[in-house]
Amino acid sequence: MKPTSILVIDDEQQIRKLLDITLRTNGFELTEAPSAMEGLKIAEELNPDLILLDLGLPDESGHVVLEKLRKWYTQPIIILSVQSNEEDIVNALDKGANDYLTKPFRTGELLARIRSSLRVNRTHLITYQGTNNKLEIDLELRTVKKNGESLKLTATEFDLVNLFVKNEGRVLTHQYLLRQVWGPGYISQTQYLRVFIAQVRKKIETEPNRPEYILTESGVGYRFSGNDSTIF
Amino acid sequence: MVHVDFRKNSLGTQYVISVAFTLLVALVCYLLSGFLGYRVVALLLLVTVSLNAMVFEMTPVLVNAVLSALLWNFFFIPPKFTLAITNTEDTLMFMMYFVVAFINAVLTTRIRRAEQQARLKEEKENTLKLYNTLLNSLSHELRTPISTIIGASDNLMVMADKLSEFNKYELAAEISKASLQLNRQVSNLLNMSRLESGFIKPKNDWFDIRELVYDVREQLTEEAKGRPIHIAVKENLPLFKLDYGLIVQVLHNLLHNAIIYAPKYAVITVRAFCKDISLVLVIEDTGHGFPESEIDKVFDKFYRLKNSATGGTGLGLSIVKGFVEAMGGNISLKNMPEGGAVFTVEIPSELSYVSNHQIKV
Repeated sequence: MKPTSILVIDDEQQIRKLLDITLRTNGFELTEAPSAMEGLKIAEELNPDLILLDLGLPDESGHVVLEKLRKWYTQPIIILSVQSNEEDIVNALDKGANDYLTKPFRTGELLARIRSSLRVNRTHLITYQGTNNKLEIDLELRTVKKNGESLKLTATEFDLVNLFVKNEGRVLTHQYLLRQVWGPGYISQTQYLRVFIAQVRKKIETEPNRPEYILTESGVGYRFSGNDSTIF
Repeated sequence: MVHVDFRKNSLGTQYVISVAFTLLVALVCYLLSGFLGYRVVALLLLVTVSLNAMVFEMTPVLVNAVLSALLWNFFFIPPKFTLAITNTEDTLMFMMYFVVAFINAVLTTRIRRAEQQARLKEEKENTLKLYNTLLNSLSHELRTPISTIIGASDNLMVMADKLSEFNKYELAAEISKASLQLNRQVSNLLNMSRLESGFIKPKNDWFDIRELVYDVREQLTEEAKGRPIHIAVKENLPLFKLDYGLIVQVLHNLLHNAIIYAPKYAVITVRAFCKDISLVLVIEDTGHGFPESEIDKVFDKFYRLKNSATGGTGLGLSIVKGFVEAMGGNISLKNMPEGGAVFTVEIPSELSYVSNHQIKV
């Protein structure tokens, strides 16, 4: 099997060196671009499986590069950003980035993000074996079982679970969730989202206060984690 | 020292108050003119001008000097109710009055300006002192992790073949620990400069305080090293509309502080509840508490308890205070009677009692 190819667009030589060692050691094929211009050119030539894009590039803003890429590039793009710039991150996610990492990031986190961005749930029947419980979700029959027992979810609650499962591992912004589940007129109704997240957690999590499936991304959104999942 | 100072008021207000004062004194003198000689009245009016000069700006004082001279002339110098002065002595007196009132106004203003300059100089010196404290504290708190990183990575490069696998792992772990420490210090400095530049504008949105409190505890798992942090937050609280990111920082810093400084046996508890229209966060521990004399200084920039060994720049709590105040709230610290410190944060907020029964389900 051909190794997964990753393009890194980042002007910091140190970061590129670090990513080079980390990713090659883990079996990925890596190409580097130090500027927006080169990044866009290489992306077109190689059509890599995934792009790591730094938002602070010297010649052009990462946001612009993201928009240009998203006109034709359909594979995952992960944003690299400086710490605690939530507004920037949310903006990039809404423009089509799949995920984000804030510098400084831990190696484990980087690999987890890359792997979950590359993973696609193609089936409608998915089982998650978490540490606290086992979840079986049938997207067609719209049913959820926790440890073999059927859960009663309302239509909206299931819509939310459905959206999370289809975007497993990917961070979804508050606005995105509201638009997809309630509709474009509801994107400012974050209180709906808070109430439903709490409600769904109570049903699918064993410890709703220490969730293992629906994780909070401070100030950005939520992420459905299915790290130990087996896809049938 | 006179503590009354009207110079912050608008010039219009200053005119009204000072003129009213002069007229009042003149009126009292007029009513008592049977008992007072008109030259004594001149002295009383001069005192009035001097008092005005102490609290008002130059122009209102000059206007009052002229006004009181004219009042004195018109109502008190014989012949009364004319501006004419028949007596040479009185003419001289009137001119002297005018000059003295004028000099009085100018001199007082000058003295005050000098005072202000001295104050500015003192402030500048204080800033410089603060800056030096910052440099001292920084060079220590930043250099320690940097030295660790340089030393450990040198060892890994130069002595790679002599080191055991376990030693290599240990050195790498030291580098990792030092880098995280460095990262935390830099975040604190960035937050401080954000506060200083007035760059903090809260972005309020609805959030679930239970979710936030548990989220922060989760973030601090590594630092807590297995030490339990108790959470007492009821389930039926309303949603609050505040800046999630800022409150996370506030709680994070307060909890991190408790973890570092409270003794190992101390129990740390976080409470959150709704009081009137405010979100209240209480972070308490059963440690020694703070020395009573130090409580007022705890939120000062670069303040650190004497003999506190663990690394820190003394910025954490002043950032907490800055963030809480940026959201229109307040923070206080108390010692519990049985020992231990209690931090209480109170921030007014919009509330929402929406539940999923009221929303499309």
